[in-house]
Amino acid sequence: MIMVVLLYFGKSFGFSSNLRTICSMAGAGRRVKFFDFEWRKQQWNLLFLIGAIIGGYLSNTILATDEPMKLSAATIKDLQSLGIVFSGALNPEQLFGLQSFTSFKVICLLFVGGMMVGFGSRYAGGCTSGHAISGLSNLQIPSLIAVTGFFIGGLIMTHFLFHFIFSS
Amino acid sequence: MKFLKYILTGIAFGIIMAKSEAISWFRIQEMFRFHSFHMFGIIGTAVILGIIAVLLMKKFRLNDFHGEPIIFTDKNSGWRKYLFGGIIFGLGWALTGACPGPIFVSIGYGYLGMVLVAIGAVLGTYIYGVIKDKLPH
Repeated sequence: MIMVVLLYFGKSFGFSSNLRTICSMAGAGRRVKFFDFEWRKQQWNLLFLIGAIIGGYLSNTILATDEPMKLSAATIKDLQSLGIVFSGALNPEQLFGLQSFTSFKVICLLFVGGMMVGFGSRYAGGCTSGHAISGLSNLQIPSLIAVTGFFIGGLIMTHFLFHFIFSS
Repeated sequence: MKFLKYILTGIAFGIIMAKSEAISWFRIQEMFRFHSFHMFGIIGTAVILGIIAVLLMKKFRLNDFHGEPIIFTDKNSGWRKYLFGGIIFGLGWALTGACPGPIFVSIGYGYLGMVLVAIGAVLGTYIYGVIKDKLPH
């Protein structure tokens, strides 16, 4: 639905382009050619990003509900064995709450994870919105390859690397 | 109004992502463990609706609201960058439970740890730009 609205505005839906835009705005274009493009044309996408932040804020304030999330029992159990507590909230406090800034390990995890997201989405030319939604909607084979890649990476992380990362 | 519509679309995106729990780290874990249909349902519905919408737009040659034809650009060919980039993205996606959109929705939601993920993502993008020419595409 969001994709259709943006197409109607004459834009294409792809969130990770914003990361490139931010680099360019910070002046990276002077040193690296990849960032030397007219980022002002991407301003609409940054506005979309600001809207997304506001949307998140509204969801947890005026639109907030007390109802806990219904996560499947199997996932709760698996994560418990990795030491991650499910409290009914969307995200684990221990990773994303304010306390995350007090653990060196968590800071590194979030930072490195973010780097992989940023690097990977630009390398693949898109993220979940650009490939899985916009790309697959337009029946693009490259997007199917990218989405397959997303899952290969995700499954390796979840079923293999998590045991090393979270077993303390 | 010129700017407002993008902000409003962004707000709608943020609320949909948060309320559908698509920004949830737990939901992403559940997805990668195949314990629930939740995320597959969201992505699947979006794709099916998207395919129909794109087909209709192409069939009726709809114009956008500036009156310009809506153009669908094909992705570049090749497979290496999609596969390798995709795998790296997937590793980060499962670890942080967030793709670029939800990172920012989560920050708005109040998960400040996501600020670190966002900084990392910007830096990762920068690194890609620097070493781009040395990678197989």
